[in-house]
Amino acid sequence: MFIVIAGAGKVGYQLARALVAQHEILIIESDPGRADFVSEELGGEVVMQGDACDAATMEQAGMERADLVVAVTGEDGNNLTFCQMAKSKFSVPRAVARINNPQNEALFRQLGIDATVSATALILAHIEQELPWQGMIPLLMIQGRGLELVEVRVPADAQVVGRPFRSVFLPQGSLVCLVIDAEGTPRLPTADTIVKADDILLAVTNVENEEGLRSALTSSAS
Amino acid sequence: MGCGRLGAELAGLLEQDGHEIAILDLDKLAFAHLPPSFKGKRVLGDGTDQDTLRKAGAERADAFISATRGDNRNALAAQVAKHVFHIDRVGSVIFDPIREGVYADLGLRTINPTKIEADMLRNAIERD
Repeated sequence: MFIVIAGAGKVGYQLARALVAQHEILIIESDPGRADFVSEELGGEVVMQGDACDAATMEQAGMERADLVVAVTGEDGNNLTFCQMAKSKFSVPRAVARINNPQNEALFRQLGIDATVSATALILAHIEQELPWQGMIPLLMIQGRGLELVEVRVPADAQVVGRPFRSVFLPQGSLVCLVIDAEGTPRLPTADTIVKADDILLAVTNVENEEGLRSALTSSAS
Repeated sequence: MGCGRLGAELAGLLEQDGHEIAILDLDKLAFAHLPPSFKGKRVLGDGTDQDTLRKAGAERADAFISATRGDNRNALAAQVAKHVFHIDRVGSVIFDPIREGVYADLGLRTINPTKIEADMLRNAIERD
């Protein structure tokens, strides 16, 4: 695949490094110093210095033959414009954007960006799970279906502990797909699987029932 | 959104016409561009952020204009105004003529100062 990446910051650089062996990669970076660094590390043919949202630069990058564009700058405005230009002016089939402000996630999807990755939201969720009330980590949005994959850690005092899945009532549209016990063994849950304290559950839920699912799996017995 | 010379001048004109104005900028010093008579709301903050826009009154706004120097920020803010707050009249300043074309095709009402200025300069020269 030919993949064009906007932004050679930490995310763009590591992404390019991971993909460059299997794919044709071009990163567009505005800062000349940073572009030089990446060119030293990954090779001059992988980097282009310029404004990723400038049509002449995009043309020179060979945008019309790109299979995928990925926008990972630290500015949502830049990421959105790059993706919208790529899709509407250069007919790129697929655009992925990094979201810096979690509030923009729904808007980006509404505007036709195929996939969004919100590191800020992910980090926030991880930190929240470390807080005393046990939470849930959203891992992945399943695009176009209104579903998401989430990780839930079962607290020791949860009312579901010691019960088989058949008597655990989950909100409609929610499903526990994988159970990882405290020893790190993954299992597909059956109706007879007993929920144990400290199990990590991977579950699919529709977005509206996220809170219901969290409460079903983590609420304490009292 | 954007209290540079352009945004501040526009805010003054619209207020004279009897409209209620809120103006946003990231830089507190930018509000110095406003005319001394300006009575509208000054909101310090990022105009692409939904909470900031809500604070500025976006939920009851009849019109929104993004007029910073950054084309991409202007386009993002305008699309937030249009699709999140459902504001009827949304205008966005886009300096790059090609980007402006793309956004006009995507249904944004865009104003391109570069084209307008070039046109005015051409007229001024050709008139002589």
